[in-house]
Amino acid sequence: MTQLQARGVVRAYGPTPALRGVTLEVAEGEIVAVTGPSGCGKSTLLHCLAGILRPDVGEVTWRGHRIDTWSEAARSRLRRTEFGVLFQFGQLVAELTAAENVALPLLLAGTGRREARTAALTWLERFGVAEVADVRPGEMSGGQQQRCATARALVTEPRVLFADEPTGALDTLAGEQVLTQLVRLAREQRTAVVLVTHEPRIAAYADREIVLRDGLVDHTGLGLDVPLAGGAR
Amino acid sequence: MGGVSTPHVLLGLLAGGSRHGYELKRAHDERLPRARPLAFGQVYATLGRLERDGLVASAGQDRVGGPDRTAYALTDQGRDALDQWLSTVEAPMPYVASTLFAKVVVALLVADVDRARSYLVAQRAAHTARLRELTTVKGDPAATLSDVVAADFAIAHLDADLRWLHATLGRVADWHREVHP
Ligand SMILES: Nc1ncnc2c1ncn2[C@@H]1O[C@H](COP(=O)(O)OP(=O)(O)O)[C@@H](O)[C@H]1O
Ligand SMILES: [Mg+2]
Repeated sequence: MTQLQARGVVRAYGPTPALRGVTLEVAEGEIVAVTGPSGCGKSTLLHCLAGILRPDVGEVTWRGHRIDTWSEAARSRLRRTEFGVLFQFGQLVAELTAAENVALPLLLAGTGRREARTAALTWLERFGVAEVADVRPGEMSGGQQQRCATARALVTEPRVLFADEPTGALDTLAGEQVLTQLVRLAREQRTAVVLVTHEPRIAAYADREIVLRDGLVDHTGLGLDVPLAGGAR
Repeated sequence: MGGVSTPHVLLGLLAGGSRHGYELKRAHDERLPRARPLAFGQVYATLGRLERDGLVASAGQDRVGGPDRTAYALTDQGRDALDQWLSTVEAPMPYVASTLFAKVVVALLVADVDRARSYLVAQRAAHTARLRELTTVKGDPAATLSDVVAADFAIAHLDADLRWLHATLGRVADWHREVHP
């Protein structure tokens, strides 16, 4: 079932066009990679879908409701309750420990302190970083920070996780560990993921790949029905 | 891609003690799961040559019978040859001789940009499909570290090809103008 939909989304920054009419759908629990060269509009699309940016033209609907016309307060509430957001650099709060960072979205949603801390510890454990629960970001490795940020993005068990180059700042192995765990847990709790990446090997974790080019979905991008040479793989 | 030296792999599999031909085949297919399975005929032919060259020796036969009844053991000379192989750095592969590259060059020479582009797009789809298969292999909870490391090797190469395919798609029109000024 389609949960999230963009129809004819156009967005520019002043004179610079970023999206020139993007239509796509994300089903419940689906993991979709958005790929394409730098500057093709991936981040802008993610921001429009997550209700962070408003399209100039076109619409974004969430479970049948048009959200791009909602007030900032209403969209922000939607992001807190139904969505999770994860960026390339985890953007943990430097003054808070890992556990406090992960508990934060729950506290903002009104969960009690003790319960939020317990959930935070569970999520840190799931990402294999329980040992840094009481450590501040400045004393963690990049991989540990990104695992905490991922735990924080999933702690509210959102219906959609928006991830913009979530492994972009990590080396291959660390990136892979974060992503493997992210995908596994998202599937377990049926969180849909919109995964922005320019790396083919990262996109390969998704159920489906949408290629953008110059602000448009590139329909020649993938899934072409072509014979393979000599039956080779 | 450079061929794997089956004789050296077999020498390696004999380093732990003598084995029959069929045991060697099984060990090979288990240890190198993504390689093409060895044919029995190839195992026996290789063992024959290794024996002729003094790198392995027959270590006794169960009863009489065909080559599958013979166990082989590494000789000192064989151990030296194995050691030598392991100590030798491989020359980086001549990637520019890749068929992918050649096809785009030839498409540009004999046809137009669209021909080259549709080849690149199709190849990208095929590479992507394979990359996804291998990623699934890795994600299988039953995958061993051997499976993962083997899949990673292929993934890294496909990933490199894909980056090239993406980049070349973006440049193929300019490239065509250079080839046909
Ligand atoms: N804040 C901004 N101000 C002006 N131009 C921007 C801004 N953000 C992005 N752009 C431009 O919009 C286009 C799409 O950018 P972006 O969505 O960030 O692409 P991607 O994430 O695929 O690299 C690019 O041309 C980029 O330079
Ligand atoms: Mg971006």
